Parts: sequence; C-alpha cells; structure tokens
Amino acid sequence: MIQIESITKRYADGTVAVDDLSLEIPDSSITVLVGPSGCGKTTTLRMINRMVEPSSGRILLDGQDIHQQPVNALRRSMGYVIQNAGLFPHRTILANIATVPRMLGWDKVRARKRASELMERVGLDSSLAKRYPYQLSGGQQQRVGVARALAADPPVLLMDEPFSAVDPIVRKVLQGELLRIQEELGKTIVFVTHDIDEAIRLGDTIAVLRTGGKLAQFAAPDDLLSHPADAFVEDFLGAGRGVRRLSFFTSAGLELTTAPIVAADATDAQVAERAAADAPYLLVTDTDGKPLGWAEPKSLTGGASSVPAAELISYGRPFESGRDSLRDALDCAVLSPTGWAVAVDDTGRVVGVASQLTIGDAIRRAHAEKGAEASDRASAAAAGLKVAP
Amino acid sequence: MSSGGNGYFDLPSDLQHSYAGLIEVHLTESLIPVGIGLAVSLPLAALCVRFRWLYPPLLWVSTILYAIPSIAFFVFLIDYTGASQTTVIIPLTVYTFVILLPAIVDGVRSVPPETLAASEAMGFNSFQRFYLVQLPNAVPAIFAGLRVATVSSISLVSIGSIIGNQGGLGNLLGDALAYHRYNLAVTSVVSIAVLGIALDVLLIGLRTLLTPWMPRGRGAARKAAIAAAVEPTDSAAPGGPGSGAKPAELEGAGR
Repeated sequence: MIQIESITKRYADGTVAVDDLSLEIPDSSITVLVGPSGCGKTTTLRMINRMVEPSSGRILLDGQDIHQQPVNALRRSMGYVIQNAGLFPHRTILANIATVPRMLGWDKVRARKRASELMERVGLDSSLAKRYPYQLSGGQQQRVGVARALAADPPVLLMDEPFSAVDPIVRKVLQGELLRIQEELGKTIVFVTHDIDEAIRLGDTIAVLRTGGKLAQFAAPDDLLSHPADAFVEDFLGAGRGVRRLSFFTSAGLELTTAPIVAADATDAQVAERAAADAPYLLVTDTDGKPLGWAEPKSLTGGASSVPAAELISYGRPFESGRDSLRDALDCAVLSPTGWAVAVDDTGRVVGVASQLTIGDAIRRAHAEKGAEASDRASAAAAGLKVAP
Repeated sequence: MSSGGNGYFDLPSDLQHSYAGLIEVHLTESLIPVGIGLAVSLPLAALCVRFRWLYPPLLWVSTILYAIPSIAFFVFLIDYTGASQTTVIIPLTVYTFVILLPAIVDGVRSVPPETLAASEAMGFNSFQRFYLVQLPNAVPAIFAGLRVATVSSISLVSIGSIIGNQGGLGNLLGDALAYHRYNLAVTSVVSIAVLGIALDVLLIGLRTLLTPWMPRGRGAARKAAIAAAVEPTDSAAPGGPGSGAKPAELEGAGR
C-alpha cells in the first residue's frame, strides 16, 4: 500500500503544485489520478518515486517512509511508463526492455530471456527484438515502454499519461491490454491521465484533482458517476453520467427471451409457431446458432430460409451475455433497427434477445439494488460509528 | 625521387622530408589537435550539461579564441614554444575545442526529455545518465563537429609553413614560390584536399558503424514506421477486453 500523507509541493516562485494531498493507494489495483492540467497529478506521481521531493508531508510504501530509502533502489522497485514511451533511441528493443534487470546485476542471458518473455506478454512479435525504436510505430513503442517498466517485476507501476500520444483507436487497444496484463499480474498501479473516460475505464479507484493540487474526490468509478462530490467533479465527468454508469452494471441479470428465434432450416410451420408470439420480428440464425438477421414473420412464408441472408434486416452488433454491461446491451438495442438487442455467448451463438423495454426494466432493478447496497453500507458505517468509543 | 628532378613528387631537399614524410607530419599536426580537442571538450561538455551556468561563459571565451587569426596565433606562440610542431598543434587544438564543445553540448541536450525522465525513473545516477544515455545519443552531433574540426585542421596546418617549415604538405607552397616550381603547389593543394576528403569519408563510415540506431537516408524513419505498421506483428491482442480486431494497420497510422 502507498500512503500519501498530507503532501504539499510548493515551488521557489510560490506556485503550489500539490496542496495538502492525502491518499491511500491500495495494493494490486489500479488507482487513477485524473484532473485538468495544472492539478498536480504528474507532480504527485513523481513524488512517489522521488523524482520530485515534497515540500512537506510524507509518503509511505508498505509502512516505510520512502524518504528514508536509497533513491535509485526505490526507483528500480517501481516501473515507470511515460508519454511517448521515452525509449532509448540507441538501444535495440530487447536491450531497452532489459535495462533495469541489467542495472540490477542480472547476467546478460537471464536479462535477455526475461525481456523476450515480456515482449510476448505485451503482445510484441519476437521479430522486433533486434529493431531500434525509430523502426516501431507509436503504439508498439508504448508496448515496449510497458514491457521495460515490468522487466524487473516491480510491485509498483507508475504510469504518466502513457497512452495520451497515440491515436484513439490504438489507445483503446492499449487500455484493453493493460487491463489484461493487470488481470494476470496484479500490480499496484498508479495511473495519471487527463482523460476521464480513460480513468473510468481503467481505474479501480479514481482520485479527481482540481487545479491548484487539491483532492476533489476519491472514489470508485461507479460511485464517482452516481455521486459526484461537487459541481467541479460533475462538470469534469461531463455529460451522460447516467448512461456511462451503466458500464458498471452486469448484463447477467437481464431477462432474455428465445421466443422470436428461428434457425435457418426451420420449416414454414415452425416459423408460424414462433410468429404466434406477439413479436413483430423474428431473428434468423444459421444452423450453428449464429445470428443472421431479423425478418418480419409474414415474409418468411415458405420456411426460415425463404429470405436470403443478405436481405435480412441487420441485427447490428450483438452483446456478450454476462460479460458485457447493461450499457452495451442498451447500446445494441438502440442501434438495432428492430429495437431488439441480440445476446450471444462467448462462441458467438445466440442465447436470446431483449427489447429496449426489458433492458429498461433491468436498469431500474440494478439501480434499486445498487441503491440498497449503498444504504446498507451507509447504515453499516453509521452502526460502526455508534459502537466506536 | 631524387631532389634534382622537376616532377610533381620531386621534392626540394630543404623540406627535409619525403612526400610520405610530409603526409605524416601533416596528419600528426592536424590529428593530434583533434584528439586533444575531443579529450578536453568531452569532460567540459559534461560539466556544461551538469552546471548549466558554465556553458555561456565557456562558449563566449571559446568564440573569442576562434576569432584570433591563425597566423597571429602562431606568431604569438613562437615566443613560447619556438618554431616547433607544438606551435601549430596548440592553436588547432583550440579551434577544435571551439567547434566540438557546442556540438557535444547541443547533441547531449537534444536527447528527448521523456527518455531522460525514463532513465531517471529507472534509477540511473547523473554519471550513468550522461555516459549511457546522453553521450551515445550525441554521437551523430559529435561526429558532425569532428568532421568540421578535422577538415579545418587539415587545411589550417599548411599555415604552419610560415614558422620554419612546420606546415606539412603546406611547405610545398613556399617552395613552389621560391623555386618557381608551380607543380609543387598543385601537389600540395591536391594532396591536402584528398587527405581531407579521405578523413571525412573515414569519419562518416565510423559514425555509420557507431549509430546503427539512426534512420538512414531521406524518409527512412517514415518508411520504417510504415513497414512496422504494415507488418502483422501488432495484432497479438488475445481477447483484451474491448480490444479492436485490427490494431496492426491502425497502430502505425498514429505516428
């Protein structure tokens, strides 16, 4: 755990970058520091590995004051990933990744073996090992940056706007990769960004900082979206809080129906039987259960295959039942021309469909449950307060 | 090559050197200054990077030294070091220093700030940062300076002929006038030019060997980035949550 205890950074010219900030950063989770420029988020991050020394206050790493520890040893125990990757232009990709292990005195063979493993872990082809940074794309360079930070297996990873300089599509891929790597490795990650969407996507907890280096709110993303502490946080979160919060509601409890689904080899009679349900559309799947498209029941006289697959109404994008959120489900339903969302399992086979109405019900139910949870927490906290002397 | 002939390579005996001997003198007098100049400017450049305030005064002093005409410099030094090779070597060392100091300092300072921050965060101390990161990255700039310093040294050595035949191949110019043998002037000028070009080519070759990490030729970096993007190496995104299906070709487009 990293405990930041009322640190302040005041520069010689009187500017206050960080003002009396206290945070407890839990182990094995991603904590995001987010805020507008000038909010002291990068300064705070750099105080954790002592690239900046606080004017007052202290930082404890697993209970030990980091100021008492040899600075270079401390830094080597923390991986550091920076915007634009900051690779050594004069070293090969493999040598870049092996930097810290080599500095820690590992022999060449072991360091290189470790570097190759990491290239694979961050999704870099081994053919890039002997290349130089200028020969890589921005996204690839950033992957090398992450691999280099992980090389000596440090418990802590500090990431300073690592994905800000790559284009939005690559950024999304890299964010997904970071979540995957974190799932495997469980590092204590402190992640700085100015992008609130990135914060919400990646953070287990989010610290919102305001200009002048003051903490505005420290909360889980779900709480942040549902209960912003003040107007600043609400404004910073931007529009669509309610819909965005749905990302934290699982689609597992969503009621799916299989009534309006017909396989491509269904006979006229079977189609007619399905059409008896009051669904205005039927979803045609191939014989393997994969979705093909929607059709009006009356157009399917003569069996489900009477309309060629190309002429079916597009089913839009399906969502994965259980894994994707209610937000994804709602999005699918809104995008679908029929207003129905198609749910598939992890192999892409249809498990059911849901209307916008059903999804609306699920959202209301999820809100009620979350509300109950929150009030449970509140009353538990209140009870604890009463018991305490 | 008897001293009696009139050919391009029949050298008058007052030169006290064969043609090869003159080349040797010329190389000694021009390359020793480059060597010493490099040896002096490296640590001074390191100091200038470490203590930023040191650089402007040093640059100022060295620029003034560079403004002294070489003939005046030679004549001034004769009182102290006599008509010796040292009298030629000292001014040329100063000139080399003047060229190399800013080349090294600027080269070192051109290292991207993220690279420096990353090295600091990886626990490099300032000594390691200079010798393992900044200096290697300054190699192209240092070689650019070395090329100018070397070629200018080669040409300036000739002026040493005015202080008692210490001008290497340049001494031939004096004899060409004295004996009305203008072919000696041709020998001198052509030899000096060939020497300069040869050393320059050597330095370019050496730099190429030392910097395999540099983009080569026009648009090499761009071509490399496109190649990196086209290659299907970046698609290894095994089911990252929400990961797109086609990162490879798009990833390069971001550069």
